[in-house]
Amino acid sequence: MKCQQCNKTATFHITELTKGKPQELHLCEDHARQYLTQSEEEPAVAPSLAGVLAHQLAVGQTAEELAKLDQRSCPVCGITFYEFRNQGRLGCPYDYVCFNSELEPLIVNIHGETEHVGKKPARYAEGTEHRTQLIRLRREMKSAVGDENYERASQLRDEIRAIEEASIKPQ
Amino acid sequence: MDLNELVLTSGEWLRGSGPESDIVISSRIRLARNLAEFPFISRATQSDRTEIEAVLRDRILQIQESGELEYVNVNELKGIDRQFLVERQLISREHAESEGARGVAIDRREQVSLMINEEDHLRIQVMHSGLDLQTAWEQIDRIDTLIGQQVTFAYHAKLGFLTACPTNVGTGVRVSVMLHLPALVITRQIDKVFRSLQKISLAVRGLYGEGSQAMGDFYQISNQITLGKSEIDLVKQVSDIVPVLIDYERRARDFLVRESHENLHDKVSRAYGILRTAQTISSEETMHLLSSVRMGVNLGLIHDLQIPTLNELFIHTQPAHLQKLRGVELDTADRNIERARYLRRHLNKDGDDSGKN
Repeated sequence: MKCQQCNKTATFHITELTKGKPQELHLCEDHARQYLTQSEEEPAVAPSLAGVLAHQLAVGQTAEELAKLDQRSCPVCGITFYEFRNQGRLGCPYDYVCFNSELEPLIVNIHGETEHVGKKPARYAEGTEHRTQLIRLRREMKSAVGDENYERASQLRDEIRAIEEASIKPQ
Repeated sequence: MDLNELVLTSGEWLRGSGPESDIVISSRIRLARNLAEFPFISRATQSDRTEIEAVLRDRILQIQESGELEYVNVNELKGIDRQFLVERQLISREHAESEGARGVAIDRREQVSLMINEEDHLRIQVMHSGLDLQTAWEQIDRIDTLIGQQVTFAYHAKLGFLTACPTNVGTGVRVSVMLHLPALVITRQIDKVFRSLQKISLAVRGLYGEGSQAMGDFYQISNQITLGKSEIDLVKQVSDIVPVLIDYERRARDFLVRESHENLHDKVSRAYGILRTAQTISSEETMHLLSSVRMGVNLGLIHDLQIPTLNELFIHTQPAHLQKLRGVELDTADRNIERARYLRRHLNKDGDDSGKN
């Protein structure tokens, strides 16, 4: 028997009892793991997102590729791709850059577009470099304060200010 | 803010005024925003969350664009008060049920609410009674611009505003209207209507948002897409469909009046009768019956009741409101008795709340 989500052999056979009606599910190991962890940890996650993602990943990915992808993590916030697809929430703005190739088809699937049109904020950090720097610099500043290294902390504070001021766009 | 003062009123979303307010209950717009210097909520430490709250709270309270804003520390609220804010649509269920540093700034008229540390760092919401999306957009646009001058939002030149969930990326805007559609439900056309809405990328949700039941025949229609269309276009997309839905609902009501007047009148009268005489009643049954009565009043089948009174009953019979009005916490069984008592007292004009009429 094949998995209901992809073409692999179904090795998990789950019977769900909801409202007295048994519902049978036949899934491969990966999809079973996804299904089970999902329903235990995050029942409120938008099913559409998880569904779209599962479908997209099932197409054109081998199990090894998927396992490898799951382990990749964001250098800024540390979230793994596996964590993202389980909870449906990203960990920081930089995830949009480091998981770009996985997120783009997902975004196209949801929105049918890849480019923002509409409002721009009065100020924003230009380029992805600056954005991730802000998170990193602020973290380093806090740990410098914790270590009572105030000279380093004030240096870092100046760097943060410089980026923020450079980010103010003329209206 | 003293929540006990709010209990006595019915809030903006059930004020029951504004254009087309017999069918369109309220118009709501929300914007999802994040601070560039912090990780999103799922990867934020407790100290990050505390700092995010402090920064945003500080900046928001300086903005006195929409009257006086008052700050409520949601983390310190009792469960019943959090539930109360959910019933008033001032915070989301997710915000009420999560943990850690979080809060909400609310204006006195209950049109503006700014949730801090919800799914995103900041969720700005503006809600107006009736069909009024255009003014709501203008108001939320001003508030967002003012805050955006004070803080650096996570923004990407190509993708727009970056949000914790990719479903909100781009504009971060959710434009929604709450509609009362009892006749489409009775005539079993509602599913057909929703399927066609989904085809044009509009989402349908129940009374309290994602995953909630469509209690009392209230439905929220909103945009599904947030990227690749401007805010104005998204407002227009929802605005344009509302007259169509209003027309469907009115036609369904006309059909019921014309083709099965006795049945309709009977259904409405029975609903009114139960609400006036029941001795114990659940929240769900109350919503269901009030929905029939509301349609009955709008169709002129019930004469001795006003829409604002009914709207007040919708909100005052919700669990947290009921308990706050009574001044004590009650379990489900006691709430059902108290709810029935409250309904009898307010629906029997001669002051007879014995239910023997």
